[in-house]
Order: sequence, then structure tokens, then C-alpha cells
Amino acid sequence: MADLVTVRLKVNGVEREGRCEPRKLLVDFLREDLGLTGTHVGCEHGICGACTILLDGQAARSCIMLAVQADGAELMTVEGLAQDGKLHPLQEAFREHHGLQCGFCTPGMLMTSLDLLRTNPTPTDEEIREGISAVLCRCTGYQGIVNAVRAAARTPGGSR
Amino acid sequence: MKPPKFDYHAPTSVDEALALLARYGGDAKVLAGGQSLMPLLNFRLSRPAALVDLNRIPSLAYIREEQGRVSFGAMTRQRAVEFSPVVKARVPLLAEATRWVAHLPIRTRGTIGGSIAHADPSAEYPAVLTALEGEVVARGPKGERVIEAKDLFQTYLTTSLEPEEILVEVRLPVTPAGAGYALEEFARRHGDFAIVAIACVVVRDGQRCTRARLATAGTGPVPVRLRAAEEILERDGLGEAALEAAARRASELVSPDADIHASADYRRHLTGVLTRRALTRALGVARG
Repeated sequence: MADLVTVRLKVNGVEREGRCEPRKLLVDFLREDLGLTGTHVGCEHGICGACTILLDGQAARSCIMLAVQADGAELMTVEGLAQDGKLHPLQEAFREHHGLQCGFCTPGMLMTSLDLLRTNPTPTDEEIREGISAVLCRCTGYQGIVNAVRAAARTPGGSR
Repeated sequence: MKPPKFDYHAPTSVDEALALLARYGGDAKVLAGGQSLMPLLNFRLSRPAALVDLNRIPSLAYIREEQGRVSFGAMTRQRAVEFSPVVKARVPLLAEATRWVAHLPIRTRGTIGGSIAHADPSAEYPAVLTALEGEVVARGPKGERVIEAKDLFQTYLTTSLEPEEILVEVRLPVTPAGAGYALEEFARRHGDFAIVAIACVVVRDGQRCTRARLATAGTGPVPVRLRAAEEILERDGLGEAALEAAARRASELVSPDADIHASADYRRHLTGVLTRRALTRALGVARG
């Protein structure tokens, strides 16, 4: 067993710590060491986007980053969206507009959409499509997701 | 665990990083944004003895305008390039090209130096570096040296950087005000690697073209500078016939390979079509 490293980071506002091998991927660290299984493991090579999280406020793939690289960082995962049992406006919009079916891509879609809306609060449909093209969905045909993101953009707090 | 075992080092200075590379004598890999290297590790296609992670070296991330050029620290994120007012004003071709580099979540981590050092022939940044006649600064055990774009790319995923050198800076000349520029790309889906892309800059003086620059991505082992097509424009101007002739010449200047994504003929065809489109759009941007 290789030497273990200590990783301290803040996830969804909570200080967390774990020990792992340097080769451990951030997504596996979140799921296996911190028990945060909301972030999904899809292709494991940066294509599908299911593992997208916010790293210091910006969307990034957690399957092509090492956990040790996130030491000292501030992360937000899909678990951090709902507040006090109330869904985030983006989550509400996904539910309302059929932005998901099986739900596998949804954590990545939500975190990618959140970054998109924070970067560009009033996206055109084309910009929404370009933004969510970072995540693959095999159920919805994307139209429901585009509708959901558009609706969230018009909701107060949709990009909070 | 997906990646194979490796020693992990996160130096905080370039000197420390260079010492580590020297210690492993070519068996270590430099980890920049990791958006290409980490997939290779996850697939275990790459099995370095050690990773030297540059992400804890803050002095390698900057965008500076100086002496008629814009200099980028190698670890400057593509996302920072995308939203930089300096890049938009001074090297607008790079700003445009950045929107074609994968997706925003990839650009959060991906770096300008990493993309160029990785030297994927389908990637946008090597084509832009070639079209703009930029250069990179490499630092190694013997000190610093400057490598021009034309001397950097050797073949697929291979540059003239030595194993014990680190690419520390990318330098691009400021594009003259009023110049036209465009990056035209064809990919199956937005964010995929280009099947073919054309980066172009034209400086015009009325109907005369005082400087044309054209470079490709996706047409062979390295970016191709389409010099003979540029010469047509510089000699014959920017009328319809000259644009048509330059585009036709462009498609003759490349010898692409066939792969699962496209045949060689199709890539040659795209080279002509995209050159024509890039020139037309660049002229729309150009003043003078």
C-alpha cells in the first residue's frame, strides 16, 4: 500500500477530512470516504459529465482530478443544493419540466447548469444547449433539460 | 483504484519541480490541468513512476501584456483565458478558439500550457499558436530557452520539450487593431476534438492583404501552416477569386490521415471549406 495522504476540504459548507492514496480520484473520495454518493461515476474519463461538482465555485469533473489536489478547496456537490429540506430552484425546475428520467446524469446536469447560470444569468437557448453539452443524458432527449434551465434562469434565486 | 500507483509530488516552485523531474530521469510526468493526462492514467495507458503536479505553483498562472505580446503562465486556466479582457482585446483569435476547447467544466481545470505541451494534433491551441507564430518558454536543468511554434510540434502528442524541461510560458504577439480573425471548426458534437479546424488572421489595407496566416488542426500529426495559401492572398488580395484559390490550395497542402472519425479525403475537403469560411468571416471582422 502506498503512503496515505490526508485530504482536508470543505464540502457543502462542512469541514471534512479523509486519508487516501494519492492516486484516489476525487469522485471516489467523495463517494467512498465521505459517503457523499450523490455525485455519480459515469465514464471515468471526463466525457459524460455525471461526476461534475463545483470546485471553488466553478464546475469541474471530479473523475479526472485527484482527491489530494482538492486539499484545501471548497466543494459543492448535488447534496448542497437543497436548503432546509427545500429543493433548489434548479431542482424544482428539473422536476417541473421533466429534466430527468433515470436520474443518472442529473447531479452533473444540475451542477453544470448552476455554473452556467452563475456565469451567464440570462442565457439564450443556444447558450443553454452549449452549456449542457458538457453532460450526456440518454433519457430525456435534452429538451426537458433545456426547458428546465430556461425556467430556472427566470426564477429568483435560480443561480444562487 | 483506477490510476496505477505513482509517487505524487506537489512542488510549490518551478525549481523544485525541475529538481523532481531530474531525480526521476524521464520517468515522471508533469501534471498540469490533468484533463488529458488523468484519462490516460485512469485507462492505465500511461504508467509514470511519479507525477509532478504544477497546480500548487501560483507563480505559473498569469496573463500579462508586454512588449507587443501577451504572455501566459503555463498554468493559466483555459477558463481564465476565455474571460480575460486582455485576451479579448489583444489576441481575439485565442478568445474565440477557447470557446471550442472542450466544455466549460473542462476549461475550469485545463491550462494553456498543458494543452500545448500535450500537442494533440486535433486541439485548438496548437493551431492558434502556429497561426499567430507564437512561442513558448521552456525551463530545464540548463536554464531557459525559447521555442518557436514551428519548432515545437514534432508528431502526434510529441513536442521538442526535453523530458526534464517544463513549459513555463506561452507568448502570443498582439494582433494589430483592425485585423480580421476567425477559428472555424467541424466536430460531430460541440466540445469534441476537431475533425478539422482552421485558425486564421488577415491584415488588410483596402483590398490588399498585407498579412495572411492560416493553420490547421486535425489534418495530420502536427498543426500545418498553410503558407502557400497565405501567399495567394498576400499576392492577389482579398477578392472572391483569391479567397476561392486560397481555399483550394489549402486543401492541397494537407495530407491528413484517416481514422474512425473521418476519411483522409473528407478531411482534405473540410480543409478547403473551412478555410473559405474562416477567411470570409475574418474579412467581416477586419477593418481597413
